[in-house]
Amino acid sequence: MPKELLNLGCKQLVDQISAGQTSSLSATEAVFTAIKARNGEIGAFLALFEAEALAQAQSVDERVAAGNAVGPLAGVPIAVKDNMCMTVGPTTCGSKILEHFHAPYDATVIEKLRAADAVIIGKTNLDEFAMGSSTENSGLKETVNPWDSTRVPGGSSGGSAAAVAGRLCYAALGSDTGGSIRQPASFCGVVGLKPTYGAVSRFGLVAYGSSLDQIGPMTRCVPDSALMMNVIAGHDPKDSTSVDETLAPTIDFLAGLDDPVEGLTIGIVPDLTAGAQPEVRDAVTAAIDLYQSLGAKVVEVALPHAEYAIATYYVIATAEASSNLARYDGVHYGHRTADPKDYTEVYSKSRAEGFGQEVKRRIMLGTYVLSSGYYDAYYLKALKVRNLIRADFDRAFEQCQCIVMPVAPSTAFKRREKTADPLQMYLADVYTISANLAGIPGLSIPCGRGSGQLPIGLQLLGPSFSEATLLRIARMYEHNTDWRMEPPGL
Amino acid sequence: MTSQLDYTLVVGLEIHVQLSTRSKLFCGCAVEFGASANSRVCPVCLGMPGVLPVMNRQAYEDSVLVASALNCKIAPFTKWDRKSYYYPDLPKNFQTTQYDLPLSYDGFIEIPIENAGPKRVRITRAHLEEDAGKNLHSSGPFSQVDLNRTGTPLLEIVTEPDLNAPAEVKALAMELQRIVRYLGVSEADMQKGHMRFEPNINLLIRKEGREYKTPITEVKNLNSFRALERSVAFETQRQLDAFCETGKTMVSGSKTTRGWDDGRQVTVLQREKEEAHDYRYFPEPDLLPVEMDAAWLKRIQSRLCELPLQKQTRFVHAYRLSPYDAGVLSADRATADFFEKTVGHGAEPKRVCNLLTQVGLKLANERDCGLVELGLTSRAVADLVLMVTRGEVSASGGNTLLEHMVTSGKRPEVLADELQLLQKSDSAELEIIVDKILQEQDKAVAEVRARGKKAKKAQGFLLGQVMQRTGGQANPQVVSELLAKKLS
Ligand SMILES: [Zn+2]
Repeated sequence: MPKELLNLGCKQLVDQISAGQTSSLSATEAVFTAIKARNGEIGAFLALFEAEALAQAQSVDERVAAGNAVGPLAGVPIAVKDNMCMTVGPTTCGSKILEHFHAPYDATVIEKLRAADAVIIGKTNLDEFAMGSSTENSGLKETVNPWDSTRVPGGSSGGSAAAVAGRLCYAALGSDTGGSIRQPASFCGVVGLKPTYGAVSRFGLVAYGSSLDQIGPMTRCVPDSALMMNVIAGHDPKDSTSVDETLAPTIDFLAGLDDPVEGLTIGIVPDLTAGAQPEVRDAVTAAIDLYQSLGAKVVEVALPHAEYAIATYYVIATAEASSNLARYDGVHYGHRTADPKDYTEVYSKSRAEGFGQEVKRRIMLGTYVLSSGYYDAYYLKALKVRNLIRADFDRAFEQCQCIVMPVAPSTAFKRREKTADPLQMYLADVYTISANLAGIPGLSIPCGRGSGQLPIGLQLLGPSFSEATLLRIARMYEHNTDWRMEPPGL
Repeated sequence: MTSQLDYTLVVGLEIHVQLSTRSKLFCGCAVEFGASANSRVCPVCLGMPGVLPVMNRQAYEDSVLVASALNCKIAPFTKWDRKSYYYPDLPKNFQTTQYDLPLSYDGFIEIPIENAGPKRVRITRAHLEEDAGKNLHSSGPFSQVDLNRTGTPLLEIVTEPDLNAPAEVKALAMELQRIVRYLGVSEADMQKGHMRFEPNINLLIRKEGREYKTPITEVKNLNSFRALERSVAFETQRQLDAFCETGKTMVSGSKTTRGWDDGRQVTVLQREKEEAHDYRYFPEPDLLPVEMDAAWLKRIQSRLCELPLQKQTRFVHAYRLSPYDAGVLSADRATADFFEKTVGHGAEPKRVCNLLTQVGLKLANERDCGLVELGLTSRAVADLVLMVTRGEVSASGGNTLLEHMVTSGKRPEVLADELQLLQKSDSAELEIIVDKILQEQDKAVAEVRARGKKAKKAQGFLLGQVMQRTGGQANPQVVSELLAKKLS
């Protein structure tokens, strides 16, 4: 029974709880039982809120019993990446510098989850300040891939991906600056959606690269992502970059989700896909064949500036990061060095002690590209290339509704395999980064199994605010395949 | 020997004006002076992780209004930038400001110059930015930070180096104070640090047919007109002396920073060279650019009004006031309006001016309020002035009456009666008294009639006697006329 209960999708769970067929309390208890059994090995969570979660579950059950209306995520146990501010528990960003930081406010997405009657069970591990692709850069904990504990879960939303794949929650929130939702979703065999920039409020998301960051759902199936989007998307007056109703009217992402997209045209970029490992390439090709068999037309499109995406990203993201992370100085909150000589030492020593290697590397890169004399050559040039990449996508989407490509060049790699060579790690972001630079939505869905039965992800990219269509296209695939299996040993 | 040098003082001014919006520039916290430390703060202005700024439209509109009054071009498209530097009073360790696309540029301000027409000083740019907090240095081995001021909207105005005398620098500062008060966008209270000045000063020296420019100094953070004027005067002399001693001239792109020591009335060196300060400006990704369309600009500019210097000039011409009196009346918009309303009721402008500047403003000052907050109506003041004009009360009686009108709230004619300030102007009645005095004072009468050296003094004595006899209530003009007639 608990296993069956844990395998339910969010929507099914909400329906059963609302109908009184099961309770939020039993689902929440089942989740905590699973966490106690397996989180020791997986290491997905940085903080757990068992007492608060059980109380919230009970409150939902009581309201259902009393016949009161409940929200669209009523009673669903959900995990949140630990770079979203919450008044319950610390908000660490996986960093020693914020290890004991308690946010005095809730992020807008947290308010929305609460308003939807979700049960927030804990905060998940991540690469420090979301900088990384393996969650190995966390300053606080190591997370492993539930499919193979010798491998990384991907990153930076590795904790959320591992928790969803490992049945330690029903869904999770991740954040994606250069692939941080889609790549771990791919490595852990779950569905991950990076929405259009501005579709989901960033208020309360601890900033890494402000013009790239976006919060999105990580779930076990497409309808669950649609349900999560119904809750978290929409204009927020507290976020000036969140789009208003005129650009992105409130829609029901679940409506028509099961209807195939008529006259679907899919774009492919053969040059790009060629760079992936054969097993990944084969799985993606098979997925494209499946779409064709479902009546989709396939066209080749060009993204001529894609080869500059990684360089562009590492200039823009690090520049913004160097400024966003300047506030962690030991003066106002967070880690402060013991016995500083003067206030400059408060800064230098607190930051030296609090930040990890990768964060320091990116702060230095970002500081460098913004320095006088270098700004034009790096930052300004990167902004120009970014516009060219946007224009590439605009042109491509004149020919197709979505572009299909791998999420990552390989399946989950071995732990510590790439930590010694940061550049190799950066280059693996080649498929995901362009979507952040262009601001467009990207979705990762399981599309096969590589050697060692490791999950492979298929990426769907669409024009801005085409999430509803992307979800329908992904659902077409999901309907006709069965890659959503649970990891072995569960 | 320095005094023999032929030189021109060259000063450009940077002014920060705190706007009196209800809330801060990027969050909802109240802008309030004197609240207990760190009580007007929220996660946004504290720079907590994850927060985002939202622009205060009022602050932007107020800035555009001032810029318009300063004849600036208003940019149709502007953006925000981050200026990075580490300081404990700056919680994000960057300031959100406007770097290469300020909201306005290329304007001018006209400032009054004593014994000359107004002078035009060019405005380079005016932009909006957020203020920092305050470091409180304690005697212990630590400092404290008060972040109440953090995020307060500041309008930074930069002039071209068009100012050539300490008095001009001060005049510009004062004129700007009047303007922002007129527009109702800032209290511009110097005591509360609402206006801060940073003059950039050097000299153009002509010597033996050649011209030399002395090194530029910037005096930081002056917050009174007096300190501003004196620091510029001090720097003038200091730079002259330094030039004579060392002959050093300006190196392009470099300037030293000095502070003003108010106790010793000197400027003090703070930073020798502009340190290789790299603020790493880049566009603020959390805020959208601002686009100013014609309709919005028109709506903002509908709040423009006659500016103080224009009003002052008009008062001189329309009401025949001295520039000084016109300046006093137009210093404050409400006072100027009250003056014009009173005159509108038919009262004589010069008398209204005297009454308001000599008595009204004094009373307001004592009560620490504005003239219009004294409870006077323009109608009552006009009636009082008309009584003086008609000779029903003397000029000094009028002053006394105004004071009592403020304290009692009564009408002037009622008070004149109560206080027995009504003058006797009935010549038949006064003639009896005059005749009596002339009979009693035959010595003085004789002196007047002799038209000698003592005549004038004797006539004054006789007038005094009549006034004394009537308890001061006789209209002196009527008495003088009677005396002249009887003694001719
Ligand atoms: Zn605030």
